[in-house]
Amino acid sequence: MPAELPTVDSAERVAYAEALGPTAGAAPPASVAAPRRAKRDWRGPLLAAPYFLHLAVFFGYPLVFALVLVFHRWDLVTPMEWVGLGNLGRLVADDLFARAMLNTGLFLLIHIPLQIVVALFFAELLNKRMPGQGFFRAIYFLPVVVSGVVVTILFAQLFAFDSGYVNRVLVALGGERVPWLVSPAWAMPAIALVATWKNVGLYVLLFLAGLQNIPAPLYEAAEVEGASRWQTWRLVTLPLLNPHMVTVVVLSTIGGFSLFVEPYVLTGGGPLNSTLSGLLYIYNQAFTFNHMGYAATLGLAFALLILVVVLVQRRVVEAEAT
Amino acid sequence: MRGRLPRLLAQAALVAGAVVFAYPFVWMALATLKPEAEISALNPLPSRWTAESYRLVFETIPLDRAFLNSVVVTGLVTTLALVFGSVTAYALARLRWRGREAAFGLILFTMMVPFLVLLIPLYTLVVGFGWTDSYAGLVVPFMMNATAVLILRQHFLSLPQGLIDAARIDGAGELRILFRIVWPLSVPALVTAGIIVFIGSWNEVLWPLLVVRDEAMMTMPQMVTLFAVGGGAESRLGPQLAAALLLALPVVAAYAAFQRRFVESLATTGLKG
Repeated sequence: MPAELPTVDSAERVAYAEALGPTAGAAPPASVAAPRRAKRDWRGPLLAAPYFLHLAVFFGYPLVFALVLVFHRWDLVTPMEWVGLGNLGRLVADDLFARAMLNTGLFLLIHIPLQIVVALFFAELLNKRMPGQGFFRAIYFLPVVVSGVVVTILFAQLFAFDSGYVNRVLVALGGERVPWLVSPAWAMPAIALVATWKNVGLYVLLFLAGLQNIPAPLYEAAEVEGASRWQTWRLVTLPLLNPHMVTVVVLSTIGGFSLFVEPYVLTGGGPLNSTLSGLLYIYNQAFTFNHMGYAATLGLAFALLILVVVLVQRRVVEAEAT
Repeated sequence: MRGRLPRLLAQAALVAGAVVFAYPFVWMALATLKPEAEISALNPLPSRWTAESYRLVFETIPLDRAFLNSVVVTGLVTTLALVFGSVTAYALARLRWRGREAAFGLILFTMMVPFLVLLIPLYTLVVGFGWTDSYAGLVVPFMMNATAVLILRQHFLSLPQGLIDAARIDGAGELRILFRIVWPLSVPALVTAGIIVFIGSWNEVLWPLLVVRDEAMMTMPQMVTLFAVGGGAESRLGPQLAAALLLALPVVAAYAAFQRRFVESLATTGLKG
């Protein structure tokens, strides 16, 4: 390293990077580091302080306050009232809480497998390196970027019973109208379809990255062993995609409990509460009834549920791979 | 893969996929330019082109004001998240201090707690501060972004130490080093983090629904949602779709301009919402 370094200005920055790049990752010379070390001790905490101050106020405090709220009744206006385990007792007996869990379960049961199958299908196709690959990738990803509000308003019209475009097409093809958003049996599956349509592009990319990372010698070895294409896919491809599978399952689960815009705009949680989601129920409790304590209790309950479900799913998916 | 027919089938499936994902948007764009009575017709093309739906949107709701609010809020959130995110990431990546690893672990922990838990207490906090119907209520809780810190820290770790030492010898302070030397070398990481924060902030609808009731302070997704749900559109489909299209436009334009970066950014982190 040169003894004298030029002064720093914008024109020389890149030159610095290039000149010092390859070797400079190593520890700095002692003479440089030593006099600074005492000072650097407080510089780090000082620079990080704004972030952690903010974290304490807007993450730490709410997290603790959520636990306080569990034991209180509060409408934001009158003083908080201690209710002990009242909110928990209410939770256990609450039909709508059970209903929201059931709805989320149904959503995940449709959404997760559908998402995995569709994403794998398109990822495999894109992995064949055909003309226009970049174009198709960009198109599949478009709904991921666009706001959920846009997608939801769009599908409210497409899935309308009488005048919706999808039903018009079905009738024109000689089929029957499907009561997408107006029947309790169809509403949640319809929302799962919309959510899949919106998110699947992201998982296509995740799987595509996974497929491209599988080393070619593994496939060659399978061919030498005389494995059929199905066997190769089942025994080589699928296990190696497992980490991505876990990502899809975990993100979909959190997304399922946090469904909001779709039921809020498409169905308002109906018909007959068949699309009431965890987050929508919390929203209703807090802002329709001003039950802050109970809403916070619901938030914690759903978060614990997510944790349990994700842990179980991870075990299942990982066991599947071995 | 080998034969000609399978290749042709695969190509056909790719095209079919593109139709499934792109056609609804094309249909929507055309529907906003139709007379209201034709929107549910099978033919996606208008018999007569008209901007009536757009005129009705701006006649009914101050969407231009909401657009401005969204620009201010998203601009502030993204800028602050990048500035403070960089400072924090620099401290975590390039400075040695006691508790640094624990601090980083704490940031990771905050990312694992679902927002469901924080929603209500955070809302009551913002009400307590008197920040409802204000930019502060929309910006301050989200001006620090853990994902941005993570991405920037990862990038800062890869920079050569000699670069920083050289600047220190010249007597540059840490903030000067960060913004004058490290930042110009970190443009891709800043863009990646910026895109993630921008998308999340622009598309956020639940939080503004909670803290803003005054129409003059509403963000664009919030106003469009309430327009569709709250009956402002009086069940006319054209204006609803037109408002939704206007909401999508800035993001789609940004996506068209930085397509590759968008895809890479969001795919590496896993998008929520």
